[in-house]
Amino acid sequence: MIEFITDLFANFWVSLGGKLLLVALMVPLFGMVFGFAEMKLSAKMQSRIGPYFAGGRWGWAQLIADGVKFFQKEDLIPAAADRPVFKWAPIPVLVGTVALFVVIPFGPGLIFYDVSVGIFYALAISSLSTIGVLMAGWSSGNKYSLMGGLRAAGQLIAYELPLVLAVVGSVILAGTMSMSGIVEAQIEAGYPYVIFQFVGFGIFMIAALAELTRIPFDMPIAESELVMGYVTEYSGFRFLFFFLAEFANMFTMSAIAATLFLGGYWLPFIPESTLEFAGPVILMGKVFLLVFTMIWFRWTFPRLREDQLQTLAWKWLIPLALINIAVTAVFKVAF
Amino acid sequence: MTTDQDYVRHLSDAQVSVELETEDMTLNIGPQHPSTHGVLRLVARIDGERCYDIKPVIGYMHRGYEKLSEVRTYPQITALVNRIDWVSGYANEIPFIVAAEKLMEIEVPERAQYIRLILTEMARVSSHLIFMASYPLELGAATPLFFALRDRERILDLIESVTGGRFHPNFNRIGGVKPNAGAGPTQKKTPQDLPSGFLAETRDAMDIVLASVDELETLVAGNEIFLARTKGIGVLPPEVAASYGVSGPNLRASGVKFDLRKVEDYLPYDRFDFEIPVGENGDCWDRWWVRLAEIRQSATIIQQAIDSLPSGALQAKVPKIIKVPKGETYVRAENPKGEMGYYLVSDGGLGPYRLKIRSASFSNISILPWILEGALVPDLIAIMGSLDFVLGDVDR
Repeated sequence: MIEFITDLFANFWVSLGGKLLLVALMVPLFGMVFGFAEMKLSAKMQSRIGPYFAGGRWGWAQLIADGVKFFQKEDLIPAAADRPVFKWAPIPVLVGTVALFVVIPFGPGLIFYDVSVGIFYALAISSLSTIGVLMAGWSSGNKYSLMGGLRAAGQLIAYELPLVLAVVGSVILAGTMSMSGIVEAQIEAGYPYVIFQFVGFGIFMIAALAELTRIPFDMPIAESELVMGYVTEYSGFRFLFFFLAEFANMFTMSAIAATLFLGGYWLPFIPESTLEFAGPVILMGKVFLLVFTMIWFRWTFPRLREDQLQTLAWKWLIPLALINIAVTAVFKVAF
Repeated sequence: MTTDQDYVRHLSDAQVSVELETEDMTLNIGPQHPSTHGVLRLVARIDGERCYDIKPVIGYMHRGYEKLSEVRTYPQITALVNRIDWVSGYANEIPFIVAAEKLMEIEVPERAQYIRLILTEMARVSSHLIFMASYPLELGAATPLFFALRDRERILDLIESVTGGRFHPNFNRIGGVKPNAGAGPTQKKTPQDLPSGFLAETRDAMDIVLASVDELETLVAGNEIFLARTKGIGVLPPEVAASYGVSGPNLRASGVKFDLRKVEDYLPYDRFDFEIPVGENGDCWDRWWVRLAEIRQSATIIQQAIDSLPSGALQAKVPKIIKVPKGETYVRAENPKGEMGYYLVSDGGLGPYRLKIRSASFSNISILPWILEGALVPDLIAIMGSLDFVLGDVDR
């Protein structure tokens, strides 16, 4: 029987199907887990209770109930909307998120596909979601949505650069762009790269927040200014797609940060032989820590203005990231 | 081959293409918008994110209180006027009642005056706490909302314990404050006083408010992003503020030390020791800070008033049927939002012949086209929020 299953998974198509199914399950799962975490944590920070009744205990089923509710809603398309673009806009947003799961190493060998330029692929594919956002903003036929979409595009240009430059330090240290290669290099070195790459880590997290359009960089949504930005006109499951993509993206961005700077699935003093099983748990622990920080920021900070964000990106983060690269490269060659 | 002439022509081409013809967009903000504080509507011409030619459109909440009060009796009108600025309902009743008492030449007992003063200041604290709640929210920070509303709820509970209403107390009577609970022929006419424990609880509540204002200050004022979003934004020079009739904390934030509590004598404020906080630059930050400081001042006024509360009657002797003698008067008061005044004309009847209401927010938002000219959309929200208006107070 076991032989039959291993044989089955040796088949390329079966294994591909299995992996696809796994990714398809992971996106809503992480979306719900982090959505629920955000609800409960924000409630704690604001002396509220948060979801309480759904599911009987702590309101654990709140997000499931919300999901079901979204599917029951009418799929409204405004009369002024550009119908095909409006309908398809959530897809690039979700694809940009789902495709990132492919290169995240959950443990030694536990990776959907170990691309040799993994981090390059991840950063490239993550910008895809901005196209979806721009499509949503443009096609909604709503001035607020349009402004939100354009703000998102401006934000992408400002933030993609620090995001890429922040990663370079780790890549130089590891000497590889493969995600699992970077983790293995950290295991070999015996320390997580954040010790020497704390500047890169900080810049990466700030840029990731901007990429995720979360407070303090949520100008494309900016509830109090643009109503709901590019998602204003969306309802039902199309809105759910944007919502899921945001929370699943929180996972992928944190997982990339954990892989590049915090040692990924590895922790010091944990024997390497157990990593096969402990690896995913360790990675999830790190991811939860980073996601908690993001949620914490979200409920503490006000929102920056678009021009202040550009100033921050171009005048501070990019020069800092360049200096970081230069210093790292010099040390790499010198020692 | 490129000659100099070609090069020059190329340059001129480049210049033309730089000066793109862009079409301005007309943006309609409101009446349904998350941060217009109700049903205010702004029509703006938007160039990129800059706003020009702002036109406020008001009147979506006009309820006709001035006209309505002409067909109501004096005791009925207090129920109307505390719906003008609903976040500080109690404070709206005072100038009207004082105007009627002035025409009737009634001397209000000390104790009633002190109770009025305490409740007015509590209304001010609760109104400013709403501002402390909503302003950071407009800038994107959601948490101060809950901190401020939590303490406002405490104050509203106390107001309710005295008056029976959280928002619309309707507690004032001509000649004092509501003296008897259900005074009728079958019931004994026992004068009703403040509920037991109210004074001690209010005193404690003010200590809690003072502590939570400190907490809000560290949470909000200690935030770099909040400072970046408010400092130097929406500067309102004192001359401009005065010429538009801006009053209250907005005027004081511009550096004008003018507070009707120190100038007028509608309530015995001269017996208490308090300061008038003023801002320096008249920007959004100053408007936020002045309100924060006013909460502290109001809390100390309430504590002083509780400590020196005189005993005595709550109600002066008034005729059974209230008729205000012929005459006219104007009474203005320092409401949480600014100067609120009632011009009362009486022809000796059961109700006013004419009641002109001067509400603070109406005059305060007249500054909007001036102050929002050329502002960015995010700043538009920041400036509008910092003026702290309530649409009920604008439209009446």
